[in-house]
Amino acid sequence: MTDLSVLVGGKAGDGINSAGLIVSHLFNQLGYYTYMYYDYPSLIKGGHNYTITRAAERPIGATRDRIDFVLALNQDSVDLHQDIISDKTIIVYDSYRVKSGGQGVDINAFLKEEGAPPVMGNSCIIGAFAGVAGIPFPVLEEVFSRQIPKGLEKNLAVARKGFLAVREATKIPRGSVKPSSLLSGNEAIGIGLLLGGLEAYVAYPMTPTSNLLHFLAGAAEQFPLTVVHPENEISVILMAHGLAYGGKKTAIGTSGGGFCLMTESFSMSGMNEEPIVVVMGQRTGPSTGLPTYTGQSDLHFILHAGQGEFPRLIVAPGDSGQAVFWSQVALSLSWKCQVPAVILVDKTLCEGTFSLWEDLPRMTDEGDLPDSPSVASYRRYAITGSGVSPLRFPPTPGAAIKSNSYSHDENGVTTELPDLVVAMMEKRLRKMETLKKETDLLPAVNTGGEKTAEKTLLCWGSTLPVCSEIAEMERFRLVQPVILSPFPEEALKQALAGTKKTILVEENALGQLQMLCARHGIPVDHAIHRYDGRPFPLEELRMRVREVA
Amino acid sequence: MASRNLITDTQNTWCPGCGNFSIQFALRDAIKGLVNEGVPLENIVLVTGIGCHAKMADYLDINSFYSIHGRTLPVATGIKLANPELTVLCCAGDGDAYAEGMDHTIFAAKRNTDITLIVHNNRVYGLTTGQYTPTSPLGYRGRSTPKGTVEEPFNPLTLMLASGAGFVARGTSRKLPQLKDLIGKGLRHRGFAFIDVLQICATYFNKSELYDTRGYELAGHDTGDFDAAWRRASEWGYDRDAPIGFGVFYQKERPVFEEHFPAAKPTREKRADGIRMLIDERR
Repeated sequence: MTDLSVLVGGKAGDGINSAGLIVSHLFNQLGYYTYMYYDYPSLIKGGHNYTITRAAERPIGATRDRIDFVLALNQDSVDLHQDIISDKTIIVYDSYRVKSGGQGVDINAFLKEEGAPPVMGNSCIIGAFAGVAGIPFPVLEEVFSRQIPKGLEKNLAVARKGFLAVREATKIPRGSVKPSSLLSGNEAIGIGLLLGGLEAYVAYPMTPTSNLLHFLAGAAEQFPLTVVHPENEISVILMAHGLAYGGKKTAIGTSGGGFCLMTESFSMSGMNEEPIVVVMGQRTGPSTGLPTYTGQSDLHFILHAGQGEFPRLIVAPGDSGQAVFWSQVALSLSWKCQVPAVILVDKTLCEGTFSLWEDLPRMTDEGDLPDSPSVASYRRYAITGSGVSPLRFPPTPGAAIKSNSYSHDENGVTTELPDLVVAMMEKRLRKMETLKKETDLLPAVNTGGEKTAEKTLLCWGSTLPVCSEIAEMERFRLVQPVILSPFPEEALKQALAGTKKTILVEENALGQLQMLCARHGIPVDHAIHRYDGRPFPLEELRMRVREVA
Repeated sequence: MASRNLITDTQNTWCPGCGNFSIQFALRDAIKGLVNEGVPLENIVLVTGIGCHAKMADYLDINSFYSIHGRTLPVATGIKLANPELTVLCCAGDGDAYAEGMDHTIFAAKRNTDITLIVHNNRVYGLTTGQYTPTSPLGYRGRSTPKGTVEEPFNPLTLMLASGAGFVARGTSRKLPQLKDLIGKGLRHRGFAFIDVLQICATYFNKSELYDTRGYELAGHDTGDFDAAWRRASEWGYDRDAPIGFGVFYQKERPVFEEHFPAAKPTREKRADGIRMLIDERR
């Protein structure tokens, strides 16, 4: 079965991410599912950036331990990847900058002949790739015309030079998969939020969620959508409070460091009950850590962030399809239950690009708000059985709508009277049960592989695709809790029923899901950790799983 | 609605003689003035920080958002973005506006969001028992600075002028009619309006005598002249002995922040079309 991997490498500024995306689209047109991993250090020009596109006839979301094609725009693209390059690897390279086996292309000369700027070098090497891989030029033309809005003619001319400069070394067969949209995790989250009725997005740039800000800012006009980039993350979450108070469904995005700044107002959401949705893209910590690499070490931070006790929703999608669905869920339930919600993702998911595997997964319920009682007696924090008080927004004639971070009465006026404090606290805590009832209706725990196998691979977040693949290969059961708060204890126990051995995979050092499982009496037999900021490649993880299975 | 008293029946816990009472009455009257001009009361939203001043949210019977310390302006900006038709004002303390949330004060002036900021500047932290603030005079002795502060105070007026504020005024809790007038002008100014209110703290920092003897009303001052405003605002540095001007120092309109954002809510169909387009673009 065809399963191919292509590395595109160069220095920052060479347009490596776009080149990798074009390669992914070539495979998409040829009839394959694709996944692209993007690796880059924290700098603007220079350094070494690379993408790995993998293509297969089944959904995938992980890289492998071997590479079939290397498109080298710098020497590092060959030198730094010797662990995955073999004598079967087909290398095309920029002969002006790279010394290597394989087929060299004099990109500089071609660019000069066409009067094209240096950044079009990536089109030239893609042309050469199509040439060596036996991809018909019309397929490339089709992809370029869809994906390159500016300077199409020149890009095509340069690509053709590259295409003709090499000889065909293999012929990638056509696959059977219908071409689909390729979505990054960030784009999938954005689309999910829009499906949930998003009206405003506020963020301060921070890897790995900056591209969600860019995506929504670019899309703002056609909806319309209010997109704001304020002075810092503190302002970000407070603007979201103001927007929510004004009745606009709002999300914010950040990473761990930015979320640290937001925690005080995250807690405020626990008290004033404004619905706040945070897209929290994890990267390698502590502190600045590895800003452009991945990690899963913020789960306990998110579970406990903010002073005081209050219900919160945490969803951790594992691929772009799940990201679409669960982002919609987060926004809808945050408003329905008036609780803060976190979409907990990471660099691997946010900046990975996936084929959209199925039709747009969506909820039927858009989270429309229930009708309010008459305004004459309106109380923002009216005590109800569900704990959820009817929402109204200014201007509402006859009502004074009072949102309050202090302990308050039903009207929203500050109180420190013990009995009232308890009554209001219990009202808010009842939302935990209300929220749980909602999440129990959803597939809070995802299962796959051999569903009755005695060995189970347990994972959360972006390790889903690699673990799914291994579970299928090894005929293991796969279990992924997607909702992490309120914790789906019964559903998880049910998914694990009959398991003799549970192997938990996490990209952190201390085992954060493991600790959470232990708290709910769910044992884990073996834990596999990784904390170098890189996602698990397929074979390496498979080997580590086999060591303990 | 206009007949509503605007004062809640919540028990008031400000100290006897507190400067907040004057500000409360000035603000209530200024709001009544707006309502009499036809602004629906339900269109008015008050955002407060944390401190003695912030109890205004409990005491005024209007829409309010009682925020956390230092964080009035970003909430107010969000409310304005959600609905530009609302009249949004902030009551903040000097700790809120000049210490914990100084960045937001500068950025609100820079953005020119249509918000009125009233700073209850009593130059002392009252609710936390008398520590110095960014506008306490050099040498101020409080419980965190028993030997006296070693920092010069900020001059909030020049700071706001330098940050691009289009309405810069100063009043005092000692002069109620003028204060009411200043708040009214601030609320009617289209754009960010900044009003520093020298408020006495009856318990920890009662500067009534200073504000009464050194204070004067700006007269014959051209509020459109930035250089003149700067000179007037620099007269007194919140520190040394000098005449203290009260009134509007500067006023100039420029485009407001929120008019650059969409006010309309997307229809379900438009949203569905937009999503379909975004997905098709990535095919």
